[in-house]
Amino acid sequence: MQGPLIDTLARQGVTRRTFMKYCATLASMMALPPAAGRAMAEAMAAAPAATKRPSVIWLPFQECTGCTESITRSHSPSLEGLIFDAISLDYQETLMAAAGHQAEEALHNAMKENEGKYLLVIDGSIPLGLDGAYSCIGGKSNLESLKEAAKGAAAIVAMGSCAAFGGIPKANPNPTGAVSVSDIIKDKPIINIPGCPPIPVVMTGVLAHFLTFGSLPELDSKGRPKAFYGETIHDRCYRRPFYDQGKFAKTFDDEGARNGWCLFELGCKGPVTYNACATVKWNGGTSWPVESGHGCLGCSEPDFWDAGGFYKALSMPADPLKFASTAAAVGAVAGVAISFANRGKKSAAKSAHETTTLADLEK
Amino acid sequence: MSASLEKGIRVLKEVIDAPMASYFSSCVHCGLCAEACLFYTETGDPKYTPIHKLEPLRRLYEQEYTLLGRLGKLVGLSKPVTDDELEEWKELVYNSCTLCGRCSAVCPVGNDIVYMVRKFREGMSASGHAPEGIIGAVNRTVTIGSPMGVKLPAVKAQMKHVEEDYGLPIPLDAEGAEYMVMLSSMEIINFPEYLAAIAKIMHQAGKTWTLCSTAFEATNAGMQIGNSDLAKLLVMRIVDGAEKLKVKTVISPECGHAYSALRWEGANLIGRPFTFKVQHIIEVLGEFQEKGLLKTEGFETDKLTFHDPCQLARRGGVINQQRNLMNMIAKDFVEMPDAGYMNWCCGGGGGASAIEEGEELRMEAFKKKKSQLDAVKPDRLVTACANCRIVLEEGLEHYQMDIPVLGLTELIAEHIPDQTSTKGA
Amino acid sequence: MNDMQFLTWVRGTGLDIAVSIFVLGVLWRLFEIYSLGRKPDLAAPRSTPGASGWNTVFRRSVPPPGMMKRSPVSYIGGYIFHIGLAIVVFLFAPHILLVENLTGLSWPGLPSQFVDLAAVVTMAAMVVVLFDRINKPVKRYLSTFGDWFTWTLTFLPVLTGWMAVQHLVLPYTTMLALHILTVELLLIFLPFTKLFHAFTVFGSRWYIGKINGHKGVVV
Repeated sequence: MQGPLIDTLARQGVTRRTFMKYCATLASMMALPPAAGRAMAEAMAAAPAATKRPSVIWLPFQECTGCTESITRSHSPSLEGLIFDAISLDYQETLMAAAGHQAEEALHNAMKENEGKYLLVIDGSIPLGLDGAYSCIGGKSNLESLKEAAKGAAAIVAMGSCAAFGGIPKANPNPTGAVSVSDIIKDKPIINIPGCPPIPVVMTGVLAHFLTFGSLPELDSKGRPKAFYGETIHDRCYRRPFYDQGKFAKTFDDEGARNGWCLFELGCKGPVTYNACATVKWNGGTSWPVESGHGCLGCSEPDFWDAGGFYKALSMPADPLKFASTAAAVGAVAGVAISFANRGKKSAAKSAHETTTLADLEK
Repeated sequence: MSASLEKGIRVLKEVIDAPMASYFSSCVHCGLCAEACLFYTETGDPKYTPIHKLEPLRRLYEQEYTLLGRLGKLVGLSKPVTDDELEEWKELVYNSCTLCGRCSAVCPVGNDIVYMVRKFREGMSASGHAPEGIIGAVNRTVTIGSPMGVKLPAVKAQMKHVEEDYGLPIPLDAEGAEYMVMLSSMEIINFPEYLAAIAKIMHQAGKTWTLCSTAFEATNAGMQIGNSDLAKLLVMRIVDGAEKLKVKTVISPECGHAYSALRWEGANLIGRPFTFKVQHIIEVLGEFQEKGLLKTEGFETDKLTFHDPCQLARRGGVINQQRNLMNMIAKDFVEMPDAGYMNWCCGGGGGASAIEEGEELRMEAFKKKKSQLDAVKPDRLVTACANCRIVLEEGLEHYQMDIPVLGLTELIAEHIPDQTSTKGA
Repeated sequence: MNDMQFLTWVRGTGLDIAVSIFVLGVLWRLFEIYSLGRKPDLAAPRSTPGASGWNTVFRRSVPPPGMMKRSPVSYIGGYIFHIGLAIVVFLFAPHILLVENLTGLSWPGLPSQFVDLAAVVTMAAMVVVLFDRINKPVKRYLSTFGDWFTWTLTFLPVLTGWMAVQHLVLPYTTMLALHILTVELLLIFLPFTKLFHAFTVFGSRWYIGKINGHKGVVV
């Protein structure tokens, strides 16, 4: 197997064997047959050289660049970043050398040349407030750019929770009127890769799938690839047995925490978070939040920022007694009022009492 | 001729109280009270479920005293109580309820159902839905002085007979006596042995006692029909008599409802505590036995069993005394299943025995007593309530069972050795 | 509304509403019921050991002699589902955590597998008593819309809670939200249906014990 990608990787110190192994792992993660690994490797290795080189256009909107950082800098050198970089990236403001008009030109060229075939990657939410003035690139609002770029896209990848669900910009009270890609684009296949940031391997996995099979992987009801978002963190968590035994860390430095017990009580959102962190882990499989001793924030779920507080256990209500004292007061007042009415009624009946005589027993 | 729905509802509004509100709010429709009621167990008809007998009262409570009930009535979700409905419920509240209190004894949430039936009868009687039979009994008690129409001359005649037969004096209107003895008219007419027994027992114990010419009848049909005003009038006769004669204790006769009316309802009916004590004759005998004032000789040798009157045992808390007394004079005393606190009613208490049209149902319900008796097959049946006694005799005759029924007091007296001394201390 | 928003709503606003109605309703109903008062008993009291309101509050949890045989389903089924509910509600770790968060009180829970079993047994007992209600003439005769309604209100939180834990039918998040929602419905209706016996049972038992205890009768 040869190709520009293999050469690029080799220059960076990544052997062909490592690349093949990576592809095999990728295939198995996506629950594809083993042969798919090789097919993916071949497709990716060959891709840049072929004339039908699939173009990827990456537009960053209202975002923090965390998603890009995640992919390019997760470990050094990032295999995902390299692959991604090497095969097809035509426009990525953060990464590309070009700037200003040159950049704009590259974008337009890519869109024109690959009309109907390019993959559009969006990170960041789209602010709708003040006619989109909260985030503009080259004088164009994100909304405008998105609509324009989406027109010729084969599919759109909403990269990260902001693009997928609105993310932190959308958190209460959502001052910029941020929305997700799928709130705006209705006529293109959209694949959501939520996470704050998303796991790098998920990105390459989707890309590899697209390159290999020319289609998107199977998605769930929230538009996420099922292969990575099919199960909750809780279900695959290595601390799960402690949950079942009822062994919980109560603070971040108690004995339970040191023994690696379940972090449910410390607010872990694992049970309601669908993501692959527990199996794929981060930083090249080094660790992941729960393993490092902190509960899952649920960052890949919609509106995770407003889901009742990071350190409140899931079973705990946000603030249930907010109105309880008022309710108690109203209830007591109502009760007392009814009591008075009832007592009045009863004593009225009493004072109206006429002593029954024998004659009163018959109608 | 002035009973009306309006009056009945007004009376019910008076008697509805916190316990009743709590009870109605607690009922979960588990139906266990039915299993405790002989009118259900013997007929299998679910309409005899005790809590169902209170359905109109429950609705009235909710409509009058709860906010949601009022709203429900306003928008027509909860139908108002009508005359027709109460007339339909007459059978359930009177004919098929003897106020035996077994339902109250089993309710898992603690609903005192019989407490509510008693109160419901206030409204039933004030709205003209009490059965004719009980109205007649009330009428006779109020106008003549006793539900069976017995007057003082009849009592005096009985007194004379007893004095002659037993040579013991029967004091009448003896001021300052320790005990004032009450009678039920059944005892005056059907069971004169009771009076003789009292004379013998008191004589042996060396206690002073008296009958009262203005208050000899203890039964209270006013309580049975469920009318507090009339019940009060009847209780007042006794209170006046007892206070006039300055007695220490008034003895309720072998009659369950007379005991309940006087002992537990009396003070509440007249609105002040009594100045004298009230005891059932069985309590007095028990006390005498304990203090050694009651001495008997000889034993009954045939198989005897004891029927606990509901108002004495379950509703009155007198359970051990009668057993100690039975063992004092009987060699072969056997208990029926469920005897004591959970005993089954004879089927005719609470005024039910006065309702002619309820007889068929009563006989049906008597099958419960029959099965209890069949379980032990006694030669004779002892009880301590004249009304139970009559109802038991009727039932036994109906089912052609040859088991004589007798009163405990007389049975005890039969074992008191003759001591025809001249004076009663 | 997506499932996370749904969950957030039921944990937030929804619960605020439900708890408020519950607290309001309970106080209102308790005042409404117990303020009616009762007359003092003027009859001379007779005292018997064991005859008191408090004694009866506890004693009524035990079937009177002979009754178990007459209605075994009511008693056994009743015991199982009441105790089962208590286990599921009060000894499941996440529930304890909720109480601790609200009141600061905490106690040890049971392993989740045991609670799981208790939930299944509770549901089975509830189904049995439901069939008993349909089959037994007396129960059927007494039953009103309220009986079927409150059965459902009680059953659904157990079912949805169990299904959430077991990951059945719907994703956990949605099921958890449904679970909390059904609990909220239960809270909202509890003060105004026969479920209020959870509160008044103590008052009722106390009254019957007190009233009869005055007569020296151990009820």
